[in-house]
Amino acid sequence: MRLDIRWPIGGLFSITGVMLVIYGLVSDPAIYQKSLGINVNLWWGIVLVMFGMLMLVFAYRSTQ
Amino acid sequence: MYFAFVLGVGWALRRVIKSSDDFFLSGRSIPAWIAGLAFISANLGAQEVIGMGASGAKYGIMTSHFYWVGAMPAMVFVGLFMMPFYYGSRARSVPEYLKLRFDEKTRGLNAITFAIMTVFSSGISMYALAKLLELVLGWSFHGSIILTGIIVLIYIVLGGLTSAIYNEVLQFFLIVFGFLPLVLLGLKDVGGWSGLTAKLSVVATNAGFQPGAWTHSWKYMDSPTHNPMGIEWFGLVMGLGFAMSFGYWCTDFLVVQRAMAAGSMTAARRTPLIAAVPKMMMPALVILPGMLAIGMHATRGGFLPIGSDGQPNYNLAIPMLLAHYLPTGLLGLGLTALMASFMSGMAGNVTAFNTVWTYDIYQTFLRPGKSDAHYLRVGHAATVFGILASVVAAYAATRFNNINDILQLVFSFVNGPLFATFLLGMFWKRTTGHAAFFGLLTGTVVAALHYGLTMPRGASPGIHGGFLGTTLHIYPSEMALNFWTALFAWTSCFVSTVVISLFTARTKTDDELRGLVYSLTPRIREEAVPWFKRPVTLAIGILVASAILNVIFW
Repeated sequence: MRLDIRWPIGGLFSITGVMLVIYGLVSDPAIYQKSLGINVNLWWGIVLVMFGMLMLVFAYRSTQ
Repeated sequence: MYFAFVLGVGWALRRVIKSSDDFFLSGRSIPAWIAGLAFISANLGAQEVIGMGASGAKYGIMTSHFYWVGAMPAMVFVGLFMMPFYYGSRARSVPEYLKLRFDEKTRGLNAITFAIMTVFSSGISMYALAKLLELVLGWSFHGSIILTGIIVLIYIVLGGLTSAIYNEVLQFFLIVFGFLPLVLLGLKDVGGWSGLTAKLSVVATNAGFQPGAWTHSWKYMDSPTHNPMGIEWFGLVMGLGFAMSFGYWCTDFLVVQRAMAAGSMTAARRTPLIAAVPKMMMPALVILPGMLAIGMHATRGGFLPIGSDGQPNYNLAIPMLLAHYLPTGLLGLGLTALMASFMSGMAGNVTAFNTVWTYDIYQTFLRPGKSDAHYLRVGHAATVFGILASVVAAYAATRFNNINDILQLVFSFVNGPLFATFLLGMFWKRTTGHAAFFGLLTGTVVAALHYGLTMPRGASPGIHGGFLGTTLHIYPSEMALNFWTALFAWTSCFVSTVVISLFTARTKTDDELRGLVYSLTPRIREEAVPWFKRPVTLAIGILVASAILNVIFW
């Protein structure tokens, strides 16, 4: 059976998102001056996790 | 981690590659949404991302013409009217369609020019990626070329076209999620669209144009002197919107190959239409960063480095914006997105090259009649050769600072007339093989003559036109020269093909042309497909949406 592309997409984005969230929580707030004071690592990490999980759910539901 | 996932996809797919059809055509089993995203991602190479960002800085929102005029109509046309012939004829490549419709010499001409172009294009993607990694991360130029070459080689050899398509989908999402925070932060920083408009009015007035010249796409198209692109509406619509865009989107095997890998006729027709939806939104991700960069350069000073010609280095618009807004962490995602775009462009070219080389050159002219396993091995070898030739092209690019200009120039000579050949071949059964071959040659020669006898204002004779010594006409800009060259190429090819067809005998009977020519092919009936999934419904939606976008940014 052929690989469902949503597994690797969901996996990559979920792992990347979790890493960004963790880094956003432990990093020095001073580095966010360049991103207008917004902790973009934390917020964008959450967006990536949600997208990744959505892809994994679709892949699981597809798994016929 | 990205490299690990890319290689993992290739590894997971290696078991399903059992025949040359699996390797070169994905066994014609790819779902429409995957083929559609790969269709757009294969086109999102270095020239697209860096080039459109640079054009956004240089010309403003007028760059969106490359999408809403220069892509949407052509993508709708190929989906509705041309895919039935490409897919229905069971041709394995675009050159093979030319063989079925015309003859071997027309196929050979198209296959050889296409193979050379794709290798050079892949090499330029590799060169641009290595230069960028050297500039931003301090990586060795040679190391970057070897690393990216090996990764693309491994995942294509392991999983063939399927692996390339799957990774293009992965890369598409990376590009979206890597560039989107950049655009959102940039817009927030300048005060939204109204703040950006105010900054760009400074750019426009500094350049001697009306204040809205960078933020209106059609308002200043009445005269070439009123807009930064230096082109009037007729040249844009006919040169870019017709000759150039239909020549690329409807005949370039790099993108058409993705649709030919789809699982059914309906999926193949929907592939370019599905691709048109994200393509329509792409200006927000690749043009807007360029506009933000030039707006900040004009009002805050020194945002873009100055090149040797005293002008801002527009090619660095997106990399400079990444470095400016993204902190450690998210910057890694942004750079990975940039790398993904370059690698998808490279892989797209290599998979198109290995198919055309194996089926249209090797199997046709060198070693016909061999076993399927033999051609599968040749496909693997062609992939290795394609990567090595790309590396050579990348190093050649370091010697010639204008190799990309040369490539784009030759592309316009070759692609400009090609759509006329396909249009007549698919919609006029009287078109003959001799006419197609000599029409293509005529179009290419006329394009070269036109380019050699005209020049853009302010240029010196050479790669930018006027290389034949006599200048018959001066165009207001290089863009205008390119658009009109494509239009001359298309028109001369069309006229000469019609005339030669009328003076030469048909060599194909009506029976042989069934499934290859519109008037001899039964219409496709899609009663079983829900109305909202039918290609015609999608096409109408796309054309209406792109018309609305043109009106919004008029």
